[in-house]
Amino acid sequence: MNPAMTAYRAGWSRGVIELRQSFTNAGDLFSHFLWPVLMLVATFFMRDVSFGQSGFTLGALALPSILGMNAAMSMVSMSQQLTADREDGTLLRAKATPHGMTGYLTGKILSVSGGLVADLAIFLVPGLLIVSGLAVGDAGSWLTLSWVLALGLMATLPIGAVLGSVFVSARSQGLLQLPILAMIAISGIFYPITALPEWLQAIAQAFPIYWLGLGMRSALLPDAAVAVEIGQSWRHLETVGVLGAWAVLGLILAPIVLRRMARRESGSSVAARRDKALQRIG
Amino acid sequence: MTTDRQVVLDVEGLRMRYGTTDVLREVSFQARQGEVVCLLGPNGAGKTTTIEIMEGFRLRSEGRVDVLGTDPAHGDERWRARVGIVLQSWRDHGKWRVRELLEHLGLYYRPYSTETISRPWDARRLIAAVGLTEQADKKVRTLSGGQRRRLDVAIGLVGRPELVFLDEPTAGLDPVARRGFHELVEGLAEEGETTILLTTHDLAEADKLADRILVLDGGRIIADGTAAELARQIAGADEVRWTRDGRDFRESTTDSTRLVFELFKEYGEAIGNLEVRRASLEDTYLSLVRQAESEGAAR
Repeated sequence: MNPAMTAYRAGWSRGVIELRQSFTNAGDLFSHFLWPVLMLVATFFMRDVSFGQSGFTLGALALPSILGMNAAMSMVSMSQQLTADREDGTLLRAKATPHGMTGYLTGKILSVSGGLVADLAIFLVPGLLIVSGLAVGDAGSWLTLSWVLALGLMATLPIGAVLGSVFVSARSQGLLQLPILAMIAISGIFYPITALPEWLQAIAQAFPIYWLGLGMRSALLPDAAVAVEIGQSWRHLETVGVLGAWAVLGLILAPIVLRRMARRESGSSVAARRDKALQRIG
Repeated sequence: MTTDRQVVLDVEGLRMRYGTTDVLREVSFQARQGEVVCLLGPNGAGKTTTIEIMEGFRLRSEGRVDVLGTDPAHGDERWRARVGIVLQSWRDHGKWRVRELLEHLGLYYRPYSTETISRPWDARRLIAAVGLTEQADKKVRTLSGGQRRRLDVAIGLVGRPELVFLDEPTAGLDPVARRGFHELVEGLAEEGETTILLTTHDLAEADKLADRILVLDGGRIIADGTAAELARQIAGADEVRWTRDGRDFRESTTDSTRLVFELFKEYGEAIGNLEVRRASLEDTYLSLVRQAESEGAAR
């Protein structure tokens, strides 16, 4: 078998091993359940609150939106894991191995997206019991959910990898939190976007979170719910357009930025970060 | 001893410049297959920079570097598969189990087997060779410092490299772990197939492990040879003491055997309490570094 193919297969098994690890230790399990549970609590309190004259509860509107938001958050986990792996020398090991970076990235994409699908299920399954009025009975809903999710991952994972290459330490990753929270606030996740001023709507529509939320709502809400949306349309074409544009941008940028980052890795750069981190503790 | 062996490492006129400062100047040396070469020098001498250039992790400013017949700056994955790098782990792969990690990393080397070298090492045998059999199913983060370093070596060797780089492999190890590590490297060197290049600032370590020692100071190689050759390069290094007629004598010489012979020839049994103290590598090293530094200061 040729070496590159071998590396993809090794990467696949790497992803499976990492996924298994993340569901068999207490720390990771806690973080897998923390957000879904918090979101379920939020959904629970919105289950009976109706939104204007739409006939829908806020809970029903928010549940698919939260799914979309969580999918977009895979960008953050990709970014965090990449930074952490660079800091502790995991990436340097990959670099010292033939085709190791290919294997590393394949594994990372698999473990981040696999972890995400599990997190979505942890939220969605109990969520469906709390909230009524969702259109989950027909196959079309799940088909839409699948393509929106797949496209969403293509839009967010490469950008996450780019961000992960830009941040030098796990601590500086904290800088990412604020703009992300602001983005969530204006993306119509917990309250329909049409309630916001138009200039904020315009900003939100430039980023993937809004479109992932919209796509998920189009999958899981009955057709009548479209009345709440901008232009009273699910705008599938625009969804594909914006998410696709992010995907293309990410897929062009990520290999360049990743290669640049990998080139700089060496034993001494890892040692320097280790010394710095140990100093912080000591 | 090994002069008929193939040259696997060939560095000539290597220079590394950051801004206007040269951290390496005119570094030239060779290593032949199966040799254990030790790059010895004080902190900041340029050891890590040199080794990282050879690993292909750093681009040089000038000079020719040839590692296994390839310029490491343009080394492809095939070349990478023939080179082993022992990195100092910190907390990477903490959730992985020892055997699981070695088996995984071995996968990447499988396509690079040749008729003479079957890659990778079998994980079990490798684990036994580095003495981690009892820890094979433990998580990496539960290993002690010494055990981790053994795992680092195993990771560096998993692809059955023809050449292995170790940068300060025993830094931070306690004496027991350090000794265990030395035995590991000696065992590897005994087979005579793998070329080993390691850096250290520990003289005893260089003396113990190396076939040949390169002393690097201020970015230049100031000595190159076996421990004995280095000692000989420094004049007046051996110290001979004796007593004659109740008086103590002491003399420094480069040829202590000759001096003792002359002593007995001249005074015969009048000589007592003879003591020959060979120049230790430490003396040699210190005087080399001192000499290089005073020359550097004079310029």
